[in-house]
Order: sequence, then C-alpha cells, then structure tokens
Amino acid sequence: MLRYYLQLAWRSLRRHPVMSGLMVLAIGLGIGASMTMLTVLHVMDADPLPGRSAQLFRPYLNPLPRSYTNNGLGPDPSINLTWPDAMALLQAGKGAQQAAMAGTRALVMPGGNRRPFRAQGRMTTRGFFAMFGLHFVDGASWSSADGSSAAQVVVISQGLARRVFGSNQVVGRSLHLDSHDYRVVGVVRDWAPRPMFYVDDSAQRYKGADDYFVPLSTAVSLGLRVSGNQSGWGKDGIGPKSATMSWLQFWVQLDTPVQVAAYRRFLHNYAAQQKAAGRFERSPEKAARLYSLMGWLAARHIVPGDVSMQAGLAMAFLLVCLVNIVALLLAKFLRRAGEISVRRALGARRRDIFAQFCIESAAVGVLGGALGLLLAELGLWSVRQRPDDYAHLAQMDVGMLGLTIAAAVVASLCAGVLPAWRAARVAPALQLKAL
Amino acid sequence: MRLPPMIASLRKHKLTAWLLALQVAVTCAVVCNAAFLIVQRMQRVDVPSGLTEAGLSGIMLAPLHPGSFPLDGYLADVNAVRGIAGVQSASLIDEFPLDGSESSATVCGSLKAAQALIASHSRRVPGCAQPALYAGSEHIVRTLGLKMVQGRALQMSDFVPGKPGYQTGPVATVIISQALADHLYPGKSAVGQPLYYEGGLASGKAVRVGGVAAHLQRGRLSNPADVDLGMLLPSEPDDPEVFLAIRSNALDQARVLKAATALLRKRHPDALADAYRGQTYAQIRARYFQRDTTMIGLLMAAAIGLLFVTALGIGGLANFWVGQRTRAIGIRRAVGARQRDILAYFHTENALIVGVGVVFGLLLAYALNIYLMHRYEIHRLPWIYLPIGALALWALGQLSVFHPALRASRVPPVVATRAV
Repeated sequence: MLRYYLQLAWRSLRRHPVMSGLMVLAIGLGIGASMTMLTVLHVMDADPLPGRSAQLFRPYLNPLPRSYTNNGLGPDPSINLTWPDAMALLQAGKGAQQAAMAGTRALVMPGGNRRPFRAQGRMTTRGFFAMFGLHFVDGASWSSADGSSAAQVVVISQGLARRVFGSNQVVGRSLHLDSHDYRVVGVVRDWAPRPMFYVDDSAQRYKGADDYFVPLSTAVSLGLRVSGNQSGWGKDGIGPKSATMSWLQFWVQLDTPVQVAAYRRFLHNYAAQQKAAGRFERSPEKAARLYSLMGWLAARHIVPGDVSMQAGLAMAFLLVCLVNIVALLLAKFLRRAGEISVRRALGARRRDIFAQFCIESAAVGVLGGALGLLLAELGLWSVRQRPDDYAHLAQMDVGMLGLTIAAAVVASLCAGVLPAWRAARVAPALQLKAL
Repeated sequence: MRLPPMIASLRKHKLTAWLLALQVAVTCAVVCNAAFLIVQRMQRVDVPSGLTEAGLSGIMLAPLHPGSFPLDGYLADVNAVRGIAGVQSASLIDEFPLDGSESSATVCGSLKAAQALIASHSRRVPGCAQPALYAGSEHIVRTLGLKMVQGRALQMSDFVPGKPGYQTGPVATVIISQALADHLYPGKSAVGQPLYYEGGLASGKAVRVGGVAAHLQRGRLSNPADVDLGMLLPSEPDDPEVFLAIRSNALDQARVLKAATALLRKRHPDALADAYRGQTYAQIRARYFQRDTTMIGLLMAAAIGLLFVTALGIGGLANFWVGQRTRAIGIRRAVGARQRDILAYFHTENALIVGVGVVFGLLLAYALNIYLMHRYEIHRLPWIYLPIGALALWALGQLSVFHPALRASRVPPVVATRAV
C-alpha cells in the first residue's frame, strides 16, 4: 500500500511541477534558514565540560558601596572578586576543589632565530587542574609549598611544549616568559573548552586557549600583567591585593546537593560577616550568590543580541513557510475532491485517504528537508566566513543533522495533517454528482 | 462589483483564506520591523568619520615588551616611511575614529561650566561634553585629511613631544569638531575660545581652540548624544600602541602600504611574526561596522525571502482556485461577464484577503516592536513604516494574483456547456 501511495504522491507532484517545486523550495528555505541559526545558537550555548559542568559553581560576592554608579558603559566590577574575598573562599576550602584565577599574556622567546610570539596564560591556584579535569601528560601540578612560596614554576600545554622545545617531556626545563624564567613542572594535554566559561567578560570565549599556567602568588609577587577587567572603586586604591579592586575569577567544585546547600549557607554567612565588619553594604541575600556553570553563562549573556535576533527571524521565516505550505496543500487536496470521491466510492476508507495525503505531504517534506540541508550547509559556510570569534565553530554535528531532517519531515507532516484530514472528510456523493 | 457573493464564495474556503491572511499578517509584521532595523543600521554605518577616507592607511605599532614605550623608535619609523615614493604625508596617531576603541575626557567651554561640573559630580553639565581625544604628531591634519571649517590647521610650533604614562602633553591649542563646538560655545565662533579639560578643570588653566573641523568622529559609537564629538591634540601619542597613519594617492594605496610594511619589518627584524600588518582606513572602518553590515544583509535576505514565499503562496493559491472554478467562470462568461469583470473579481478577492491580513499584520508589527524594544533595546517603530509596509504587501498581493487572474479571464464561455 505504501508503495502505491508513494506512486500516487509522485504522480500528483508531477502533475503541477512548478507548484510542487515551489512548495519544496519554500520548505527548503524555511528549514535551511532556521537550521543555520539553530546550529549557531547550539554551538554558542554548548556545555563546555560535559559530564563535569554540573558539579562546577561560581560564587558571586558584591562588595560595591550602594552609592556606586556605573555609567552603563564600563563593566560591572562586582562580576569579578577582590583578592581578600577570593583568598577567604580559598582558605575556607569548603568545596571538593576550588581555584582563583585571572588571565595573563606573555611574550615567548623560543630561542634560536625563531621570531617571538605571544601566548595566552592563566595565573591560578593548584586546584584548577583537578577541578577542571586537565590531563597531565608529564609531571604534575605545582606543590602547595611552591604555591605558598611564590616559586617561579609553570605548567604548560602540550602545544606550547612542542612549539618551544619540540617535545612534551620537558619537566625540569626552563621557560622564558616576558622577562622571567620559570621551571616547567608539568605538561597538560591541550585544553580549550567552548565556550571558555571561566574567563573574564572581556576575553574571547570561542577563540584561543590557555598555553601556560603560573601560581597566582608568583604572578602577584612578580607583578605580571592581568588581561581582563580590573575595576577599582573606593579609597583603598587599586592594586592586586586591594579590597576595593575586583579582578579575580573563582570556581568551586561541589559534588552533591548537600554540599551545594552548605556552600550557599557558607557564602551567605561570609557576606553577613563582611557586612557586620562594615565592608559590604548590601544585605547577604543580595551580596552573595552561587551560580551553576550553565546558569553563570546564561547570566553573562554570552550569546550576542544580534545572534538571538537572527535566530528569531529564522524561526518567523519557517513559520511563514509552513503556513504557506498548509494553505497550498489544502487548496491542492481539495481540488482533487473528484478523485477522492471516486476512491471513496470504490471502497477506500477515510483513513486510507488520510494516509495517502499524509504520504504526499511527507514526500514534499523529505524533498524540502534535503534542500534545506544543502541550504543550511551553505548558510553555515557563510557564517564561517565572518570574522566573529564563534564563526569558525559553526559546523553541523550529527545531532543537528538528524534534527534538521526530522524537523523537515515533522514540519511538512504537521503542514499536511490538516489538509489531509479535510480531504478525508470530502462527502463522496455530492462530488460524484458533479462529475 | 458587489462584495456579498464574493464573501459567500470565500466562506466555502474559510480555512484556506484565513491561513493566507495569517501568512500575510506575519510577513507584514516581520517585514515592517526588519525594514526599520535595516534603515537604522544603515544610518549607523553611514556616519561620517571626518577623515578623507580614500588614500588613508594605518599600520599598528606596538612595543615588543609590554610596558615599554619606544616613542623615539616610532618617530624614526615615521620619518623612514615618509621617504617611500608615493607617501604624501605620514604621522603618528593614538587611535583612528571608528576603530572600536577611544580615550575620552570631560571638557568644558567656560570656567563657570567647569566649576558647575566639579560642584555637581555629574558628567552632564551644560557647556561641558565628553569628546573622544586624539593625539597626533606633525602633519596630522593633512594625513587624516580633516576638513577645516573655521580657524587654521595646526602649525609645526603647536606640536608637543609625547611622554609615557597616559598623560597628554601640555598643548596650547586644539582642534575640535563642529558638533563639539556647538556643544561648548552655542551661538559663538569657537576659534580662540578657551577650553578646559583634565587638570585645567580644577586649576582654571585653559587651552585655546585653534580650529574647527567639519567632523571628527569618536572611536566607538555608544551614546547617540555624543556622536561626532572629537578633539585633536597636537601632541605625540603617549600610548604604547599607536597607529602610523599614511596618506597616499588612493590608486597607489595598496603599493604604498605594502612598501611601508616591508620597510618596517626590515627595520625591526626581531618583531613578532604578525607585526606591522597594514590596513586601509576603509578596512578599519568596515571591521568596526562588520556586525551591522552582516545584520543588514541577513535582515534584507529574510525580508526578501518572506515576501517571496508570501507571493508564492498567494499566486499558488489563486492558481488552484482558478483551476477549481473554471466551470463557474465559464458560466459567468456565458451569462455576460466580460474578461475584465473576471480579472476584477480575482483582484478584489485578493485585496480582501490580503487587506484582512494586513490589518492583523499592523497590529502584530506593533506588538513585535514592543517585544523587540524590551528584549534588544530597539527604538519605537515610527508609524510611517506601517502604511508603507501595508501598501507594499497589498501591491505584492495584486501583483502575484495578476497572472492566475489573467488565465481565469481567458476561460472561454463555452466551458460552461462542457463537463469539467
């Protein structure tokens, strides 16, 4: 029966080739546009650390005076933490792992007659590696003694090790960054979560990666430059250890809901203490919050307004295409009242007619989906040509591919159900008289 | 043409007619808003920079070691570049207009305004403004190609040496944009007027306005009220990262830029692998507006796509209906309807359906605009877009029904006597 219906559908589509072609084109355009934008959104909204992100949390503490006003253009200083707050959270050690961090950059001199290059790095504490799951291929993290004595040690990425030393067995060798020498204590596998969830708002989240990691204490005592927002307020002045300058990011690993609840209480109590001491002006409810990783990314609005508007536009376009198809199929099916009546008179049940017309609309959907897939690939290719930092990631994965085809078939079936249902309700007697 | 029979006929296709109206409504809403966004972004992209853009190029100079400030080296680079054949003028400038970054300062046009500013702790005081500050070395006015409308271009003696640490040199005279002059000295000629900024706000030490340029755009457009407020200091830049600005003949620009890059790389063999990448000013400006131009392209594609699909729906549906009604048309022709009556019938029917759709579409357009205003900080849709959008969709409907209607009008009356 299915084969027969497919034959009927094919014959019906061929009877009006231009009209059928235009219907397929309309579905193809709608699916192509919407899948292009959904793929871009999917890439930007992706979970950066699948399997690990549910245990990662970002504490937020707001030490700003109530009178602080931002002119609306600059960054919000409360997004980052001050040195005293970050150190207090670190020393309390309430999480399974925790680390404070900030971005930095350095000039790398590879030696010989090779030209120098700049590398992106991170000043952080030793919990970073275990918490985020970096994999050591050689050596290990610096010891806590190295951390507290501000030793000039560094953990580097495999990529940097190969570029500078031509090997990744380089523990114990010396690396020259800017004007300081560091002893390599570990080499990690290249690590670049997308989006880069742990960086400062001013950093690029879809491009680049950290190639070296130095102890935060070392970085502060050497006075390394911070790349990221450093916002000062108040009279304590600015400086890395000032209580009125925020510049650090902080992440904590909490494995169970009980730990999460306990950490929330701990943050609340900390903010209450600080308020009692006169440092915080806001109530603990407003000054202390704990974000999940995905919640933090949502709060940071990492998807630019332009992109979400483009996605909305693409969905509106798909809607119009679908309404269009419904109207066209309806008109087309009802025009065949005579044919339907003859089939009904010869014994076809209503559900047979319904199935026949559903198959015809599904055929339009499959053809439209195939076209839509081509158009989506074309659309993604054009997105990749753009200079935005996320552009190079705009690729369709298997999930999105399946979703595209499913969307096309489901969309055209939805579009076909109503017309097919109407067609199945044609009263045969009336139509037969007119023949 | 009487409407009641037509409406009676449409009631037999209620669902189809409503679907078409719905499609027209959504299209109308999206296209009205898209058109508004396109026009807004186009106005933004067209903002004047104040520079003579053709023939202007820039090469970024940056110190190899962060924190150092090799100004003497930069000045030597400028001198070397001036020697390249085809270079008409070359200078250092800290930022270009519309390159995405800027340094700005609060400036006041009178001592009274400066005192009011200090007293109020506010940045918005009449007689004061927040222009973008540019520091440029010798020949900067000629290199940028600023169009002076009042006063004089800068002279050699106006220029002061730069010093590191983000402190502009103690200049005596400045050039400001016409928009800034209007802000600071409303109703007066700006040339020779005192101007107070930075330390001068408190100390009362003024610099003089030497000239007024027609435009001098900011580094980035953030506040609509501050557009085109710019001030040029005749001072060597004090940022460690500066642009080497080069003016040449526009036709010769690519060759000059290539020669300058090659020269700089030869002078600095230890520079980074990606240093001294030259750009034309047109490229710098295009990069700043890249998101806007992408958005304009996408909005246009979406609007055209929507109109196309809607025209397709209207035309396709009319086509089916003509086929379905061939016999009825034949009967009407047989009892005396003229060709143009049939034509008019289909056009009127279309006008009716599209008209209903457009009415809902205008409401929807307004609702969509309110949603966009909430979500994306977009301005209110000016009412003028609504009648234009309605008219455009209505015309589109008439146009797409034309061909099927013509086919219908050519149905011979004899069809009435045949079985379908």
